[in-house]
Amino acid sequence: MKIPFEKLDKAFENRLRLQIMSILVVNERYDFNSLKELLDASDGNLASHLKALEKEEYIVVHKSFLGRKPNTNYEATDKGRKAFKQHLDALEQIIKNQKTK
Amino acid sequence: MKEQDIQDELISIRSMMERSSKFISLSGLSGILAGVYALIGAGLAYSLIYSGDGFFYTRDYLIADDNVTQVELLSKLIIIALVVLALSLATGLLLTVRKAKQKGQPVWGSISRQLLFNMVVPLIAGGVLMLILLSRGYLGIVASASLIFYGIALVNASNFTFKDVRYLGICEILLGLLAALLPGYGLLFWAIGFGVLHIVYGSIMYLKYDR
Repeated sequence: MKIPFEKLDKAFENRLRLQIMSILVVNERYDFNSLKELLDASDGNLASHLKALEKEEYIVVHKSFLGRKPNTNYEATDKGRKAFKQHLDALEQIIKNQKTK
Repeated sequence: MKEQDIQDELISIRSMMERSSKFISLSGLSGILAGVYALIGAGLAYSLIYSGDGFFYTRDYLIADDNVTQVELLSKLIIIALVVLALSLATGLLLTVRKAKQKGQPVWGSISRQLLFNMVVPLIAGGVLMLILLSRGYLGIVASASLIFYGIALVNASNFTFKDVRYLGICEILLGLLAALLPGYGLLFWAIGFGVLHIVYGSIMYLKYDR
């Protein structure tokens, strides 16, 4: 039986990116520090993966100021939501195939 | 990619979705204890109000008529209510902080802030309205109004935590409306709403999520 690995999104191969996306699809916006706290990731690591998702146009960045402190918020784009859903569908498909084997 | 990897992947997705959008550190035990405090408070209030004969008869309005004891009694009742409220909040806070630590969820994150904001708005509106009503002598409406506004606060806040909170809120609202239909039985409804319902809800939460 053919397993649709090619349907899995390369952008979500990394666990952290997938987790970032999971958070952004259920929340309208999420800020950098809350993401950091929830994911228990380092600044650099988180920033580089956010950058990668931004490059894919899966998320958009909103920069603003809270008083004097910079506050960076992230939001999933429609493209990102679609890609995330397809990725989940593909994962589901793989599991189904393995069950029936 | 092996099946185990995919399972792990799915588990992590699910946990992130839940932990990022819902405050899952509410403690069921604190609900039970809040209910117990409320029942004790209601018992004390009952013994203060209904020292005379009769069972559950409509003394709410009798208090309002009797100017000598009214102020003293009312201030005692308010003190009882405030002590119950303070104890419940302190217990809730303590147990929630403890559970949040266990779950590795920040106590003061964006979710708990939204939860609190959504809860506080109806509570303040209701609280101020009740103070206005009290100052005008409408004692009978207080039990009903407090239940209804508390219920609205819960329904409002339930978007950010377990869905069970929504059902508790709906029950409180219904009970509040019923209390408005039967003035004079305020204390009884109050004891059911804040006492019994909290114990039931707390037990369900405890069995479902705490263990």
